[in-house]
Amino acid sequence: MKSILIAGGRVIDPASGTDRIADVLIRDGRVEAIGLDLPAGGVNRFDARGMIVGPGFIDMHVHLREPGAEHAETIETGAKAAAAGGFTSICPMPNTIPVNDSALVTSYIVQRARAVAKVNVFPIGAITKGSLGEELAAIGSMHASGIVAISDDGRPVMNSRVMRRAMEAARELNIPVIDHCEDLNLSAGGDMHEGSQSVRLGLGGIPSAAEDVMVARDLLLAEQTGARYHVAHLSTSRSAAMVAFAKSRGLKVTCEVTPHHFAITDAELGTYDSNYKMKPPLRASEDREALIEAIANGTIDAIATDHAPHPGSEKMQEFERCPFGITGLETAIGLTLAELVHKQRITVARMVELFTTGPAGVLSLDRGTLKPGAVGDVTIFDLTTEWTFDVQQSCSRSRNSPFHGRRFTGGPVATIVAGEIVWKGD
Amino acid sequence: MAAGVRGRGLLDIESLDRTEIEAILERARYFQLSEGIKRSEVLRGKMIVNLFYEASTRTRVSFEIAAKRLSAETISITAQGSSASKGESLVDTLNTLGAMRPNAIVMRHSASGAPHFLARNLQIPIINAGDGTHEHPTQALLDALTILDRLPALEGLRVAIIGDIAHSRVARSNVHLLSRFGASIVLCGPPSLLPRELAQLAPGVELTCDMRHALRSADVIMMLRVQLERQHEAPMAAGEYFRFFGLRQEHMELAKPDAIVMHPGPINRGRELSSEVADSQRSVILNQVENGIAVRMAVLERILS
Repeated sequence: MKSILIAGGRVIDPASGTDRIADVLIRDGRVEAIGLDLPAGGVNRFDARGMIVGPGFIDMHVHLREPGAEHAETIETGAKAAAAGGFTSICPMPNTIPVNDSALVTSYIVQRARAVAKVNVFPIGAITKGSLGEELAAIGSMHASGIVAISDDGRPVMNSRVMRRAMEAARELNIPVIDHCEDLNLSAGGDMHEGSQSVRLGLGGIPSAAEDVMVARDLLLAEQTGARYHVAHLSTSRSAAMVAFAKSRGLKVTCEVTPHHFAITDAELGTYDSNYKMKPPLRASEDREALIEAIANGTIDAIATDHAPHPGSEKMQEFERCPFGITGLETAIGLTLAELVHKQRITVARMVELFTTGPAGVLSLDRGTLKPGAVGDVTIFDLTTEWTFDVQQSCSRSRNSPFHGRRFTGGPVATIVAGEIVWKGD
Repeated sequence: MAAGVRGRGLLDIESLDRTEIEAILERARYFQLSEGIKRSEVLRGKMIVNLFYEASTRTRVSFEIAAKRLSAETISITAQGSSASKGESLVDTLNTLGAMRPNAIVMRHSASGAPHFLARNLQIPIINAGDGTHEHPTQALLDALTILDRLPALEGLRVAIIGDIAHSRVARSNVHLLSRFGASIVLCGPPSLLPRELAQLAPGVELTCDMRHALRSADVIMMLRVQLERQHEAPMAAGEYFRFFGLRQEHMELAKPDAIVMHPGPINRGRELSSEVADSQRSVILNQVENGIAVRMAVLERILS
């Protein structure tokens, strides 16, 4: 258990309403105090003057590919990329090989993470066996082994009756059901957002309705069952409106948005570059604008990256053959600053919420705050340093990012997990 | 965005400007003449690879003849007989071919954007001979040449394009070209094959599911093949297609008296158009085939010489 004094930064801790220049003292892995002139004799000191000091950022939606696809990413490399992106906690989706649908796989991930990961890893278990959408997975046993939510992510449960049963099971365990909302019949054959761009490029379209009908279904089931329900990577204006409506009715509904969905649109697809291919697809500019508005007005609870590493051999193909997904851990803070904070759509404090109290609340994690006694996870970032994202220098094992070469203003400076610096920028 | 093809290749009509198109058509008109058809030496010593990942007879042969008339050497590869069947990726195949230093690669592929993807990763000029449901630029050029053989100008023409628009690269390339020259275009097909967003493809595009409306006062009627192989489900009940979207003799009264009938081929008699129409005086389907060679000669010459 490590100790550190983070001195002179602007401390933003939404959970305690803190936003002031102060020192943060972490002793033996836990926050001891926030204040000035703290008794920190014999403790290492980190000079955070001019920087923002927040609770450790949480990315509640990543793919670590281990077990089964270690050529794309491992728990170790994914955790390194997370640390380099300013994240202290990540939640891997269950679409590994085998699928995380049993206590055995959950335990493997938890133990492997303890051995090799620099950041906290809180796994998400499958809803159904093999994520095949038919029979419920061993949800209770996985929960006992450490999962914090259930989801079939990219293979969403199409059978509404199965989804209902899953919500009932999750309600009793008090964990959220996370749905990647995609009606697979409506999206079949689609490679990008259906709209004027897909028609122009001759690429199969994924209509917004493919997401919207599933969000609508799930909200009705969530109301019926009383389950906690979370929409993964929400991408359309109508889904955002439906979630806002459900919240106004008092449902236990939350949602996340990815940086790429609020940063770019389907206008990028013109070169058939598969680094712009993901699910849900990059939507139209009206959707992007609606997402930013929903982030600003509080409808959106969390920013999550959907970090989805794929090796170059899979992405260097004809567009329609390439797998869906892009990496995102190392560009999330930069994109959020560029698109939301610097453009004055949200405050830095709201940004910190979206990465800390937001996801921690969705998943009931004992993280996301710097209150005395909390685990000493800290994300330090700044608002002014100019830097360029070079995907060749990425800590991830994969290189599939559309943001290679993008200039950023402000980004992660240091990442601290339980009082230990696990990553520090140059 | 707008640019010429010289030294770069031809990926689509959308990124070509009007002067470039005019220059290609003018040169193609020369190659239509008997003196133009004579063997030229202009591409002697050049090597052109025809790489066809999708079945094609007319386009491949047309490119081969065009290249030979310009004295270029050609090698034609079809995907079935190549390393693609051994699991080699497209980019590796192209890199391999690229290392043999041909002067251009003519490529057909079932994936939209495949030539664009390769053009970003290779130095050799690539000529798109049809990519998925995106574009077929030389088809639009030869169609324009064929129209201009019969009609004085593209500007002001009413062109009806009828059939499986959603999956048609021919329709997309023609829309871009015709719109650029001020023609008005009516796209017509069954609702599920006529996405509403097509209206935003270019200025002057109108959509209708009513074939009679589409044909009214048309100067040019372009019929498209029904691309069953690209469809996820049937757009309408079997047998209904010809009833509502097949071109028959009685339809011709709706169009202008001198209207012409075009089809990119291969035609399905009794599905998209009746035999009477296909073989009528109005049909310029074989002229299209003939003009394909002249246009492709013009394109190859412009890119390679």
